[in-house]
Amino acid sequence: MAPPQKHLLAIEGMYPPQIAAYLDLAESFVLLNRTGKTPRDRLRGRTLINMFFEDSTRTRVSFELAGKRLGADVINMSVATSSVNKGETLLDTAATLNAMNCDLLVIRHASSGAPALLAQKVEAAVINAGDGTHEHPTQALLDALTIRRRLGGLQGLTVAICGDVLHSRVARSNIFLLSAMGSRVRVVGPPTLIPPAAERLGVEVFHDMAAGLDGVDVVMMLRLQQERMTRGLVPSAREYFRFYGLDEAKLAHAAPHALVMHPGPMNRGVEIASTVADDPLRSVIREQVEMGVAVRMAVLDLLSTSGANQ
Amino acid sequence: MTATLIQNVRLLDPATGLDQPGELLVREGRIADLGTGLGRPDGADTIDGGGAILCPGLVDMRVEVGEPGGEFRETVASAAVAAAAGGITTVAALPDSKPAIDDPALVRLLRARGEETGSLTVLPYGALTKGCRGEDLAEIGLLREAGAVAFTDGARAIGSARLMRLALTYARRFEAKIVQHPEEPTLAEGGAATEGELATRLGLPGIPPEAEAILVARDIALARMTGGAVHFAHVSTASALALIRHAKEEGLFVTCDTAPPYFDLNETAIGDWRTFAKLSPPLRADADRQAVAAALLDGTIDAVASDHQPRDADDKRLPFAQAATGGAGLATLLGVTLAQVHGGALPVIRAIELLTAAPARVLGIGAGTLAKGAAADLCLFDPERVWQVVSGNLPGRAQNTPFDGRALEGKVMGTWKAGRRVFG
Repeated sequence: MAPPQKHLLAIEGMYPPQIAAYLDLAESFVLLNRTGKTPRDRLRGRTLINMFFEDSTRTRVSFELAGKRLGADVINMSVATSSVNKGETLLDTAATLNAMNCDLLVIRHASSGAPALLAQKVEAAVINAGDGTHEHPTQALLDALTIRRRLGGLQGLTVAICGDVLHSRVARSNIFLLSAMGSRVRVVGPPTLIPPAAERLGVEVFHDMAAGLDGVDVVMMLRLQQERMTRGLVPSAREYFRFYGLDEAKLAHAAPHALVMHPGPMNRGVEIASTVADDPLRSVIREQVEMGVAVRMAVLDLLSTSGANQ
Repeated sequence: MTATLIQNVRLLDPATGLDQPGELLVREGRIADLGTGLGRPDGADTIDGGGAILCPGLVDMRVEVGEPGGEFRETVASAAVAAAAGGITTVAALPDSKPAIDDPALVRLLRARGEETGSLTVLPYGALTKGCRGEDLAEIGLLREAGAVAFTDGARAIGSARLMRLALTYARRFEAKIVQHPEEPTLAEGGAATEGELATRLGLPGIPPEAEAILVARDIALARMTGGAVHFAHVSTASALALIRHAKEEGLFVTCDTAPPYFDLNETAIGDWRTFAKLSPPLRADADRQAVAAALLDGTIDAVASDHQPRDADDKRLPFAQAATGGAGLATLLGVTLAQVHGGALPVIRAIELLTAAPARVLGIGAGTLAKGAAADLCLFDPERVWQVVSGNLPGRAQNTPFDGRALEGKVMGTWKAGRRVFG
């Protein structure tokens, strides 16, 4: 039996049973969410603070909804209104939060490692909602849940993660989670957007979509930020779409049952064609959002009841 | 098309090592057969080669064709006339035109302009950066699909190490070679001649020869780091060649070419303020010239390119420091390279390899060989026949030759493009 976790900071280093525990509990929340009968007394009296140092809508709303469906008191702090902009350091913020007796702290930050730093100083359970280009653990969990429900499991699957792997925390978390659960992971993208030493993470590297997607069970697309073009890593959106945008022709190389995923928000016509993104038979992009709430409920639930947080 | 039998020639094909007397049969624009005792098919024309050397049409990997935007200096049509007279049937065209070749449509345009001449294949380089401005990568993938043969900013060096790293990394996906003008731009800025005694006497702003080795050393390190392929154009110094030699021994994807002025002339050619000898990079001290000549033989230099840069009178009839750089080179490419053969420094088969199979290999194209079934792009030349280079009488439009007045041994007697005689 793996030890209970106090925080959820990264997928790297987690044991498969710990991952499975989140997924199994989330699975039950999916049904409760659909019937509207979530246990609203589960986190009664607990305080959840959403601290987003980077703009986000869907992840923040997803955590907020997850907390409320379990009965927690949810407070959103956005950077624009916080004292961070008045020069307070991250550790001063931690001291303030301790004084407020916060139980669950969800943090997104532009710097890799910021949640880990905060976790050393706050009494609350810290949940990483995305830190720099490091990890985004709940995204990987919701992706895994989506795949598991559709394809019956993760063991033995081949998953291609495509696009801007270099700057993607989603990619890193997915690489660690899927590898731990027995999937084979490929990363596909232009050489300028694949991190150096990517092979050392245990993935296969491809620079050609046709080869990278050949026979895969899951195609995970990543968002290409406009900034990558202004910094010259990719010459233009049209060239990117020609060689790396997921359209029907490229998807035809994947297995016939292959799922198409995207963490959102999508750049249609840059990394993904609308015909693929909106294909009801292949695309599970909307389902990923639904699984996101269930997974975050499971994370909040398990961390609040974890022996490590009693 | 009827068949043509070219008889009584010395067949020379460095790609296969062939060097023997014989004959060559052309049919339907292709090489149907070659060797001895081929017999004359019914209805075939015969041409007596008079014992001259028949080799593949030359492949010139560095040419400014004047289009688009410089048509008053040269056009693809006028360059094709000069090329045919020089035995050249394929050129790689530089992209730093106006506008720069940074759009797939422009690549297709230049290729089509070559086809219209019927005598010259034009393989455009793609701009490495948008507008050849040295800032953002051009659409290397789309340009490659349109037929760009490699990528460069032409006479402009990629000065930023970050940009060069990105280029070498990104281009790997498209198996695209990056061609660098190896001259550290901050050291070269404003210079008109190689730094040294002569520049000092003439009072010309100098470019230190180390500007070349510095950029070559940097780019070799970047090639090692990225696994990318870099080609250094018109290498002109001993120290840069030493670095390239070492990089090749290490197995890196590093190649280079030079141009005839750098193994035939030294900096004294600019004496009397001869602006036709103002080149980029500038002509060097004689020790460097000798090192370049030696590197032709030992294989450090992969290819010889004309580095044809057409300039008109208004570009050159200026005080030396203000005059434009660049020399016309199509018509003299073969003759000046053969001067190394006549001087005893280079076997003729190696000289022709540097002008045919070797540049084709660097560019990854099929030209430059006498293989059976290959397009009949041919050059027939008499290695002994003497002619004089006279500015004003050169074929084509550009007359700015740094070899003005020079007597050359080795004259093109005939050039064929896809079996059709286009010169001689």
